[in-house]
Amino acid sequence: MSKPIVATASLAGCFGCHMSLLDIDDRILQLIDLVEFHKSPVDDIKKFTKMCDVGIIEGGCCNSENVENLRDFRKNCKILVALGECAIMGGLPAMRNDIPVKECLEEAYLGSPTIDPKDPKIIPNDDDIPMILDRVYPLHEIVKIDYFLPGCPPRADLIWEALLTLATGKELNIPYEVFKFD
Amino acid sequence: MAKKITIEPVTRVEGHGKVTIHMDDKHNVTQARLHIVEFRGFERFVQGRPYWEMPVLVQRLCGICPVSHHLAAAKAVDVIVGAGTGEGLTPTGEKMRRLMHYGQIFQSHALHFFHLVSPDLLLGADADPAIRNVIGVALNFKDLAVQGVMMRKFGQEVILATAGKKIHGTGAIPGGINKNLSAEERDSFLKGADPLNVDKMIAWAQGAVDLFKDYHSKNSEIIDNFSVFPSNHLSLVRKDGAMDLYHGVLRAVDADGKKILNDVDCQDYLKYIGEEVRSWSYMKFPYLKELGKEKGWYTVGPLARLNTADFIPTPLAQKEFEIYKAYTKGKPNNMSMHMHWARLIELLHAGEMIKELVNDPDIMGDNLVTKGTKGREGVGLIEAPRGTLFHHYKINDNDQVVMANLIVSTTNNNEPMNKAVNFVAGKLFTGQSKITEGMMNRVEMAIRAYDPCLSCATHAIGKMPLEVSLVDTNENIIDRMSR
Ligand code: SF4
Repeated sequence: MSKPIVATASLAGCFGCHMSLLDIDDRILQLIDLVEFHKSPVDDIKKFTKMCDVGIIEGGCCNSENVENLRDFRKNCKILVALGECAIMGGLPAMRNDIPVKECLEEAYLGSPTIDPKDPKIIPNDDDIPMILDRVYPLHEIVKIDYFLPGCPPRADLIWEALLTLATGKELNIPYEVFKFD
Repeated sequence: MAKKITIEPVTRVEGHGKVTIHMDDKHNVTQARLHIVEFRGFERFVQGRPYWEMPVLVQRLCGICPVSHHLAAAKAVDVIVGAGTGEGLTPTGEKMRRLMHYGQIFQSHALHFFHLVSPDLLLGADADPAIRNVIGVALNFKDLAVQGVMMRKFGQEVILATAGKKIHGTGAIPGGINKNLSAEERDSFLKGADPLNVDKMIAWAQGAVDLFKDYHSKNSEIIDNFSVFPSNHLSLVRKDGAMDLYHGVLRAVDADGKKILNDVDCQDYLKYIGEEVRSWSYMKFPYLKELGKEKGWYTVGPLARLNTADFIPTPLAQKEFEIYKAYTKGKPNNMSMHMHWARLIELLHAGEMIKELVNDPDIMGDNLVTKGTKGREGVGLIEAPRGTLFHHYKINDNDQVVMANLIVSTTNNNEPMNKAVNFVAGKLFTGQSKITEGMMNRVEMAIRAYDPCLSCATHAIGKMPLEVSLVDTNENIIDRMSR
């Protein structure tokens, strides 16, 4: 039997969830034997070339690139998992949701005390940098999500457990008591 | 025919930056830029939150080195609650925080070297990208991969014991810490089952330094000339000039070692540091006000710290420091790839510091928090794994944050990374009409030397997928390559 295929991505997250995956420590060497990583920071595959069994996504959507990428994952993964607070609810970046984007940009680039008030007033804007969405969207507002793993970040053991179960084609059934939301 | 080359992680997944290289009709590189494409808006949305949330909130900027943000914010908040500007904590409070920080340095430097850099060094910059990653290392150099994984684990365990969680912990609170080290925790670090004890960790760190020195002695031509340009260097140092990654005064030296700043109190950083905004990047460009925007840019991180410090206060790292300094005859080192060497010496230092702190009886004391008279403003600086990190907050009568200013380590390195990209692109792409994968990887290697958080994905376990196109002035694609 061929190995189950796993893809992962980090959208508007802090990479803490991916770091938590690394916290499975030496089991990572076992994991490399058990599953095949497709499009993921783990390897160099940049476009989907085959259907994946499990897609795992950290972070919500804060720019249009995130949205495209998420749709691409939905199309190419049989099961899609939202990993961590940011993916599930937008997380900390979503704290900007009740503030107009313009105000955030002005505070960062015009209001900061390290900026010389005599400088020309510049807010970054260039063809080479992407546009920011009006607010940060959790994943399930954009595509269908099959499983949610809470935590900020979710514990390494939880990620390990979930990965093994899903990759072997089983239903994920984690008792509520095991979830931690911090 | 003029051209523009874009080296771009296709998606935000694989990193937060991209490189554009412009070439004129004679195939000369006219401009190379590293664009940072991420924007979060922290400065604005933390306004209105109570100040004591800052240490747990702002760390969510970066899950790669959350402890640095956790502690820098806590140090700024210490000032606000009147617990002094770095020397006011109880011995237990201060030492627990230091232990947390050196645990972080240890895990981050180990991760960076073993997961990210070793594939380039061990497998070669031109190796097949399909194997030129940590999996390739695991398959070909199993022992080394295990070392990398276990060293990271050890550092993470230290963080767990001090911060309460491996990622996004809660240990540091205004004026101190919320727990001390238990006897069981201490013993597990000192006498843990092989390999998870501090002596083994120090031995492995020494091994990593030796591995790099050995590689360097065989490849000095490439390592020394890969990317080299004069730069200013900035970091915190202890008052007596020793390396100190948790607290100190600001010092900056120029490319010849002349001191530009010395003995500067962190609370006064605004007098000395300014930032410039450029339209093509979300990342600002900091500079030393003394020298102005043109000339005042500087490097931070391991390379800078070994240039500013007079000595390292632990024996094994000091020995390596002397060898390292002798290589440039005591002058500042401006070779980007020597950053790896410097980082490994710090890894060794962090291992030694962990041992010293864990053995210190103060760390098990029970006087955890300092109280004082509340103020309205505080600045906290720390030497994060990637360099100096600035946090600055002001609050109102209701204890709400009204102003937050952050200069993160990678931002400090913005100009040097752009310089490095220019240097390498100028050298490799000039006169070339064909792009090879190895060329792209070398541009990345220059950026990677700075261990920027912007390509966390790359940092974590693999390589940024890249797409490079040679485009003429009419936007026609002449050549394209991707991986
Ligand atoms: S859920 Fe937490 S750890 Fe995960 S990306 Fe968001 S902030 Fe980072």
